[in-house]
Amino acid sequence: MPGDTARRTESIELDGSAGVVKARQLVRSLAQEAGLSLVDQTKLVTAASELARNTVVYGGGGRMEAEAAWSNGRSGVRLLFADEGPGIPDVELALTDGWTTGGGMGLGLSGARRLADEFDLDTGEGRGTRVTIVKWAR
Amino acid sequence: MTDRVPVLQIGDVLLVSIQVDLEDRTVLDLQDDLSKRIVDTGARGVVIDISALEIVDSFVGRMLATVAAISRVLGAETVVVGMRPAVAITLVELGLTLGGVRTALNLEAGLAALRRAVHTERPDRA
Repeated sequence: MPGDTARRTESIELDGSAGVVKARQLVRSLAQEAGLSLVDQTKLVTAASELARNTVVYGGGGRMEAEAAWSNGRSGVRLLFADEGPGIPDVELALTDGWTTGGGMGLGLSGARRLADEFDLDTGEGRGTRVTIVKWAR
Repeated sequence: MTDRVPVLQIGDVLLVSIQVDLEDRTVLDLQDDLSKRIVDTGARGVVIDISALEIVDSFVGRMLATVAAISRVLGAETVVVGMRPAVAITLVELGLTLGGVRTALNLEAGLAALRRAVHTERPDRA
């Protein structure tokens, strides 16, 4: 599709730990294309790794959608992690450092929020979880 | 398909160099393998080289902390070497400070730190 400037969204199935590795690799290449610094690439890939693992472990699997983003002349990367799992009943609590139900360290959600520039969490008991993050090039 | 990370033995030190992006399963296997090898070999030190790792997330960070704690209980000291600056910055912002984990900038400094640790923590007195 030469000359095609339409937004291209790539999707990765998150059905196990191999999916988490694939998600990290895709996010790394999009972060490089968007011109993120090495530190910001590392932050975004790390946040993606946390959220992808959450999707697998807590959401019972799902998908990541990744795309380049533009705003006010800045380029960036937007990532969506979606699952149809049990959802998060208490968002406030889930965003607290150290809170976990899965035997992890409880840093996934709260840490990913700190590492991203924008963070949106759409969830509720019984309606799955959708987390969107954006990281902008400086 | 999950590969195992090789654990090399040099004298009484076990050396692990993580060269690929690890699946969670492989991370857990490494934790188990290292614990077993410490007991089998009577190793006094473990060096984990993460210089090739582009990220350390909370899962790998927890493995490093757990290996350090397990090896201490089994009579060995662990040093994590070669962490990239961007990884260090990200880890701290993520909220992981690896408090119980000894670190060194590179392999040589790590081995020196191990020698000091083993000598000071194993004085020949009852």
